[in-house]
Amino acid sequence: MSAATAEPASKVELPAGSSGGAVPSFDITLRVRRYDPEVSEEVRWDDFKLTMYGTDRVLDALHKAKWEHDGSVSFRRSCAHGVCGSDAMRINGRNRLACKTLLKDLDTSKPILVEPIKGLPVEKDLIVDMEPFFQSYREIMPFLISKGHEPTKERIQSVEDRERFDDTTKCILCAACTSSCPVFWTDGQYFGPAAIVNAHRFIFDSRDDAGDMRLEILNDKEGVWRCRTTFNCSEACPRGIQVTKAIAEVKQAILARQF
Amino acid sequence: MPTKPAGTLYRGREGMWSWVGHRVTGVVIFFFLLVHVLDTSLVRVSPEAYTAVIGAYKNPLMALGETGLVAAILFHAFNGLRVILVDFWKSGPKYQRQLLWAVLVIWLVAFAGFAIRHLSLALGGH
Repeated sequence: MSAATAEPASKVELPAGSSGGAVPSFDITLRVRRYDPEVSEEVRWDDFKLTMYGTDRVLDALHKAKWEHDGSVSFRRSCAHGVCGSDAMRINGRNRLACKTLLKDLDTSKPILVEPIKGLPVEKDLIVDMEPFFQSYREIMPFLISKGHEPTKERIQSVEDRERFDDTTKCILCAACTSSCPVFWTDGQYFGPAAIVNAHRFIFDSRDDAGDMRLEILNDKEGVWRCRTTFNCSEACPRGIQVTKAIAEVKQAILARQF
Repeated sequence: MPTKPAGTLYRGREGMWSWVGHRVTGVVIFFFLLVHVLDTSLVRVSPEAYTAVIGAYKNPLMALGETGLVAAILFHAFNGLRVILVDFWKSGPKYQRQLLWAVLVIWLVAFAGFAIRHLSLALGGH
């Protein structure tokens, strides 16, 4: 692409059929795990042969499959830019956001496997029932609880105190971590990494007064002690939260507590 | 009620596979301990019965089994220390991968030392 600096002139010299600024395209096979209980209890894999571009993500491939090949392909997505956390799914065996996974980063010579996240009941295709996930989230009381008088202005916090829980404020509740956890797959009662991350966010917040209550909730048979440090959650998190580290900090806080 | 169709194997990394190894070796050690408690308790039945059962272990097949058992115990022990560090050492989660490689190196050294001595005694000249 040496002619890239002289964009208008280069178009003339280029061979017919290719334009100067064209994004390279390639063919992929998207293999989607299909399940529709209204049609059949059987699970099947559908292959979609698609021509995609270097700037496309797995979500774009799913869109193309749904919009141009089979309208019944079902998946969740909302913002499509890695913020809303709707499109967590298992891509080539690992939990990823479809909207943050570029096709060019995957091995396009083999079919790209897309499955629903594990451990939550599948409703249709890539859509799972998120209710058990949000139930655990609600149980850790993910909101500020403070004693004493309401301040008339904002609650002041030092930079260091804010830094203490910065990592766990990034969570978008996509469930990529919780549904990557081998403990959660077999024990749906386990709070799961996401709930613990969001508890961590308030436990280590200097403005919050209910840290002990949350530690008590997580000091449960199905709480932090279920964590087996497989690091699947840390590896799956699309926001790069050090999930296993956060869980370890909660474990230590429970043990260090004054009784 | 929607079913939970099984998918492909989750492609976890070092952390997940070390956990799988830890679980498998843990179950193996549990079954060994079960048998071990039973055969040791035979000494209360009669010392002769105990001697006869323990004597039955003196064959090449059991020697190999013992080698496998020590391999399992060594991994479980060293990886257990790694898990403690991951949980309670500040930088544990950050260095979990390096810790695992350290575990495997120590495991290899300890196991090689044992295997050479044990197998040469068990399978070699009497």
